[in-house]
Amino acid sequence: MKILVPVKRVIDYNVKARVKADGSGVDLANVKMSMNPFDEIAVEEAVRLKEAGVATEVVAVSCGVAACQETLRTAMAIGADRGILVETDVELQPLAVAKLLKAVADREAPALVILGKQAIDDDANQTGQMLAALKGWPQATFASKVALADEGGQPRATVTREIDGGLETIAISLPAVVTTDLRLNEPRYATLPNIMKAKKKPLDTVKPAELGVDVAPRLATLKVAEPPARSAGVRVADVAQLVDKLKNEAKVL
Amino acid sequence: MATLVLAEHDNQTLRAATLNTVSAAARIGGDIHVLVAGSNAAAVAQAAARVAGVARVLVADAPHLDAQLAENVAALVKELAPNYSHVFAPATSAGKNVLPRVAALLDVAQISDIVAVDSADTFVRPIYAGNALATVKSVDPIKVVTVRTTAFEAAAAEGGSAAVEAVATGTDAGQSSLVGREITRSARPELGAAKIIVSGGRGLGSGENYRALLEPLADKLDAALGASRAAVDAGYVPNDYQVGQTGKIVAPQLYVAIGISGAIQHLAGMKDSRVIVAINKDPEAPIFQVADYGLVGDLFEVVPELAGALG
Repeated sequence: MKILVPVKRVIDYNVKARVKADGSGVDLANVKMSMNPFDEIAVEEAVRLKEAGVATEVVAVSCGVAACQETLRTAMAIGADRGILVETDVELQPLAVAKLLKAVADREAPALVILGKQAIDDDANQTGQMLAALKGWPQATFASKVALADEGGQPRATVTREIDGGLETIAISLPAVVTTDLRLNEPRYATLPNIMKAKKKPLDTVKPAELGVDVAPRLATLKVAEPPARSAGVRVADVAQLVDKLKNEAKVL
Repeated sequence: MATLVLAEHDNQTLRAATLNTVSAAARIGGDIHVLVAGSNAAAVAQAAARVAGVARVLVADAPHLDAQLAENVAALVKELAPNYSHVFAPATSAGKNVLPRVAALLDVAQISDIVAVDSADTFVRPIYAGNALATVKSVDPIKVVTVRTTAFEAAAAEGGSAAVEAVATGTDAGQSSLVGREITRSARPELGAAKIIVSGGRGLGSGENYRALLEPLADKLDAALGASRAAVDAGYVPNDYQVGQTGKIVAPQLYVAIGISGAIQHLAGMKDSRVIVAINKDPEAPIFQVADYGLVGDLFEVVPELAGALG
């Protein structure tokens, strides 16, 4: 069974995003970039399925600028077998990414696509669901546990999902799309030998036009602004003063 | 121009998130219709009909909609959507699951997690975990939108008298089925919807201390319990307590941060709270930069004293 793992290159989660002075976006010049943390969990899950003998091949795919190759190398250092870069300098929105991934999935015919539930830059939480819709496949979003089984030649996945207030377990037929939540696993650190090995793994590059996908944005960003800053608060001397402020000044008690 | 709002419900009760979403839809200015997709959900439909501002309630009631699986609900909404200029759902786990699927079936973009409606085609949404606010304009014929419920007041649950009508339910896609649900039975409010949150960090030192100190305070305040990523990574509490950039984003009336230093990814998840209290022994902790009220002190003395003072 082949697993396709889409990975996104995003601002490192430890870096505070700063809005450009002209309000056109967020300043990403000279900012540390990393793999989207939720996608790292997706790669780990796919690699574990391969190590367990359930999956036969793990293919990482990334859509974006040439530097996304680094993200694919990271995925391969964790254990993905090869990488596909869909290279474009155009700003990609989730629907466009889902269409590109659909085209890649049409070629690769994976039984499972595992990807992060959302990227920590645009916080859209859309791509997995959109890909499932475009392929006509079932989806299991926000997964905290994935179990694969073959029931009389019918491959199925049983997925536990994190929902508001608890957990939900669903069974889906394969092929399918699974999106990862934080508790699915703890990604391993790539070891130096594996980082070196990843440099030799195959990495193919295709262009959106070769896949026949129109990636034109559907949303125009009119402006990007800093959120209203919180004014500095006050120090209280003791618990009595804190309770008094909360009751009589803030009126939240 | 009319807006279709996807109701959030469990076949028995209409969840409050629907009311905030109706308020957001009201900013568009057209008629508001609410879709109740479920099974034996007549009580939900009646509740939706009483919500102020709702003109019509559409009910799709069938066994294959019982679990509100994304494949079946999205197919249903896709059939109804061409009658509308806008489709709204709350940005809850249910709304976030279904609505992008609807958008892709319609070949339109989704606008996620809006915090303001500028006009019928222009919305404000947080990006980079709230460190920036983007104003985006949609060029698509149908605007598919999820709503950050904390950013909009709840519409009045009573006062409306919408017509209720049944609509075609579609068929079972047969691709997915519900195995079971484990809903956390806690007397405490849910983290995402709580008015008050008591949150603990690594300063608490252990899971035992977390529970011994924070639970009595949360009981007094009828608060939800949260945690910093550091506390989760240290194993004090499960991951679903985590507030922050890759955890839950919250905006309660009152957020009490106890023994939390205030790393970037934590501040990103709670800085939209109306009032923030920080209790920390380190006067230089970054959490104090966003706190309305800061108390420098030993949390092992201060927290029990605070719980006692709220008697």
